[in-house]
Amino acid sequence: MSKEKFDYFIMGDKGKYEVVIGLEVHAQVLSKSKLFSGSPTKFGAAPNNQVSLIDSAFPGMLPVINEECIKQAVRTGLGLNAKINNYSVFDRKNYFYADLPQGYQISQYKNPIVGEGKILLDMPYGSKEIGIERLHLEQDAGKSIHDMDPSNTYVDLNRSGIALMEIVSKPDLRSPEEVNAYIKKLRSIMRYLGTCDGNMQEGSLRADVNVSVRKEGDKKFGTRCEIKNVNSIKFMQMAIEYEAARQVELIENGKEIDQETRLFDTKKNETRSMRSKEDAHDYRYFPDPDLLPLKLEQKLIEDLKNSLPELPDKKKERFIKEYGLNAYEANVLVSEKEISDYYEEVAKLSDKKLAATWMMGDLFAMLNDKGLDISKSPISAKHFAELVQSIKSGEISGRIAKEVFEIMVESGDNPKKIIESKGMKQQSDPKELEKMINEILSKNKDKVDQYKAGKEKLFGFFVGQVMKLSGGKANPQLTNEILKKLLKG
Amino acid sequence: MTDITNQSLNEIIKKVKTKKISSTDLTKAYIKNIESAKKLNAFVTTTFDQALDKAKQFDNKPNFDQLLPGIPLAVKDLFCTENIKTTAGSNILNNFIPSYESTVTKNLWNNGSFLLGKLNCDEFAMGSSNETSHYGNVINPVGDQLVPGGSSGGSSSALAADLTPATIGTDTGGSIRQPASFTGTVGLKPTYGLCSRWGIVAFASSLDQAGPMTKTIKDCAIMLESMSGFDEKDSTSINKKKEQYSKNLKDNIKGLKIGIPKEYRVDNMPKEIDELWEKGKKILKNLGAKLIDISLPHTKYALPTYYIVAPAEASSNLARYDGVRYGYRSKQGKDLIEMYEKTRSEGFGDEVKRRILIGTYVLSSGYYDAYYLKAQKVRQLIKKDFDDSFTKIDAILTPSTPSSAFKIGEKTNDPVSMYLNDIFTVPVNLAGIPALSLPAGVDKQGYPLGLQLIGKALDEQKILNIGHAIEKNCGFKNEIKKWWA
Amino acid sequence: MSLDKEKIKHVAKLARISVDEAKVDSLTKDLNSIFKFIEQLNELKTEKVEPLTSILNQSLRSRKDEISDGKIREKILKNSPKENKEFFVVPKVVE
Repeated sequence: MSKEKFDYFIMGDKGKYEVVIGLEVHAQVLSKSKLFSGSPTKFGAAPNNQVSLIDSAFPGMLPVINEECIKQAVRTGLGLNAKINNYSVFDRKNYFYADLPQGYQISQYKNPIVGEGKILLDMPYGSKEIGIERLHLEQDAGKSIHDMDPSNTYVDLNRSGIALMEIVSKPDLRSPEEVNAYIKKLRSIMRYLGTCDGNMQEGSLRADVNVSVRKEGDKKFGTRCEIKNVNSIKFMQMAIEYEAARQVELIENGKEIDQETRLFDTKKNETRSMRSKEDAHDYRYFPDPDLLPLKLEQKLIEDLKNSLPELPDKKKERFIKEYGLNAYEANVLVSEKEISDYYEEVAKLSDKKLAATWMMGDLFAMLNDKGLDISKSPISAKHFAELVQSIKSGEISGRIAKEVFEIMVESGDNPKKIIESKGMKQQSDPKELEKMINEILSKNKDKVDQYKAGKEKLFGFFVGQVMKLSGGKANPQLTNEILKKLLKG
Repeated sequence: MTDITNQSLNEIIKKVKTKKISSTDLTKAYIKNIESAKKLNAFVTTTFDQALDKAKQFDNKPNFDQLLPGIPLAVKDLFCTENIKTTAGSNILNNFIPSYESTVTKNLWNNGSFLLGKLNCDEFAMGSSNETSHYGNVINPVGDQLVPGGSSGGSSSALAADLTPATIGTDTGGSIRQPASFTGTVGLKPTYGLCSRWGIVAFASSLDQAGPMTKTIKDCAIMLESMSGFDEKDSTSINKKKEQYSKNLKDNIKGLKIGIPKEYRVDNMPKEIDELWEKGKKILKNLGAKLIDISLPHTKYALPTYYIVAPAEASSNLARYDGVRYGYRSKQGKDLIEMYEKTRSEGFGDEVKRRILIGTYVLSSGYYDAYYLKAQKVRQLIKKDFDDSFTKIDAILTPSTPSSAFKIGEKTNDPVSMYLNDIFTVPVNLAGIPALSLPAGVDKQGYPLGLQLIGKALDEQKILNIGHAIEKNCGFKNEIKKWWA
Repeated sequence: MSLDKEKIKHVAKLARISVDEAKVDSLTKDLNSIFKFIEQLNELKTEKVEPLTSILNQSLRSRKDEISDGKIREKILKNSPKENKEFFVVPKVVE
């Protein structure tokens, strides 16, 4: 891997500033029902149709925890190489808001279910470890809709009570690029584990971004600002860039940075202070008396550990060892579970290295063009493997393969059928080729003489003629060999 | 003709079972009593038509195998009742009609009883005299200027005045036992987790327990058996086999060791309370029980601890009353925050607001450790006091309250003196253990006084048995003249 | 520790309760007498005591991940102070 140097600094008049970033990611737990009630969690239901008396906080309603959500949190913790806490406590975080029916969010404050862990990032300048501070379970709030009516706000509680994992990183990130890599890696791990679908459009993955700046070389962190609820990687990056520049400007002008909660305005591309959160710092956390402390049996943790799927880092190592891929290829192919599954299916049936090259080239380009996930690929892994094998065996050339690929995308047919029916099979019979080449040479005696007299450039002309005559199907390697042999003679 | 309504629940059940009275006639008798007792203001809502329908249904197709066959019951208005207005004594719930039934009331109905009406109580069960209710003071049938105790004041008043054969209340710091003591009735606060809290308007979740209020110990056993039981909808519900408290009730207490805690003899306690306690001890001794002096050294800190823990939990539990989804909403709010502040200011009464402020303060940043955390530590010590004692004894005997019923308005201007009423009852809630109050005598004005029996967790049967023995031997008879009718 | 009026107003703000100016004095008096009573706890040394988190000595019971609720919009909205068939409606939130 190339060893570029890390280089993300904000240049001020008075020096070079380093940007320090920590993320609090809110990941929606994959579960059928909510954290403390039996209402469904499916996205996109009619307003208030996935709400129970518990989610809407009617008098006397009580929470009962969903065992699957506990397991999902433990699995995620294990996937982050984190310490699983056998004892954790649910607390109430008290604040008033229209879409928070209880007037408190059930969360975990002093005793989270998961403690310290880490995530490994592959950056162009080498691998970097990002510390995980903790992971805890909490309830999501509902949704306030401000633009349906000029004087009223509408509240939909479908999300209210859905389980979230809040995953808090250490302030180890130093650039928007690292944030990008971190979110992608975290998302990938959770998707491998099946603990969060990572769908940012549907709000299954959001983050609060803590940003501070300090002069390069300073030991002490600067005052941080928290940018609330950013729901795409792009916006996170934009918000960080804006916020870091804002803070540097304040420092350069000799002003203080207020520790505050800010909002990223995606239309104006700027962050601004959230005044409505002025007393939000006083959440009056205390253990929820409706719930008891959660004591996890070591056996449950061990069982979950033993049933974890292979995760990206392990899989990458294996791909390098087993399939002879380089680190870069392995990295790309393990980035998403579906991609790695597709690759492994192809690799089982064809040349492993060539399969990787073709997947990362033509297949990814096509999927990207069409905006498709690999799970929706018009070419099945089996067909793709056949195509790779046809290339490898010399049945078709790379150039023809590109044509076959196009037809496969359009028709969904298998490559064998396309090659047969369109007569695209490569001309690889040496006798046939020799016959064809002899024919061409005899028709171009003058050029043969010039070649022999030293005008070696003409070699390309002969190749071109062979290709023309064969309709592009002549095996290029064989053609080269035979041409050289015959021209010598 | 004898008046059926002044008999015990157990007697009434016998009469229904032997068809001496129909459920309909029984219900009509209570309706008549209730209608002539409006002065007591014990009811917030009556459900006579529905009750008569249910009684008729029962009479048409009686099932005498049930614990409460065809029995009409009024309950504290803190239990959510399906399609029946539930106010918790508050203006903020003045129009709230639940679409669900609390587990405890559902258990009662499943045992053959039905709802007669909803009983007045202190607002959100915060009070010791029923003077904080938005729906007015309740009068103690013992005397027309007397409070019935609180917070289950409507329950105690209705029970003592023969407006319901038995009832249920909730007890967070004494709200069943103190009103029982003030009205000459029996009240039991079960072990925390024995009765489901699902569907009960919450005051302080770690302390709240529903329990029976009855005329006799036997009735108390019947009601407890009917209302208790594991509920998977309540994470703090204890999963254990159901007990047959009434069938197993006995009065042989020979050899039992009864603890007498020295800390329950407080300064300025009326002489009559001390005499009552002595009387109780004597009865137990005569019946062959062994009295053992014990010490519960942190008793005096129970009330201050309670006044941190309960308001803290309440401040959070009552945050849901915000005018958004149900209940009262102020007309004055221009924006959301103003709507909240006006709604809550107009919807809650003074005592509730006071406790919300205390609770908010003790949890707020910078004060949590000094108050809330401190209180949870002292709570641990209080619990330990009991745990230690119960290794040596079977039950504890104390007075239920430091005085008999007081006059309406007597303590409303001094919150602390009002709070001191619960000095003997609060420690039990903090420790999560069961206790019952039973009437055992009267003071010089003739007002009833109660004795409290405290047991270790899930030892309800034992304290019922001891109570049964005292009841038989103390010669108390509740003589209430129906001056209001 | 004594509570002054400003502190009480701040706490009231946190609790979203508007306090009538006319009642602030009596409220201050009441709260201070209550806190004086509460502060008896300061007599106790509790450094080495574990705070009580739950009175029940058991672990949290969990339920199976099954859909058993929802689709009761009518019931949920029935008690709404401001009628609407789909949403809860509140005065505009000013951000």
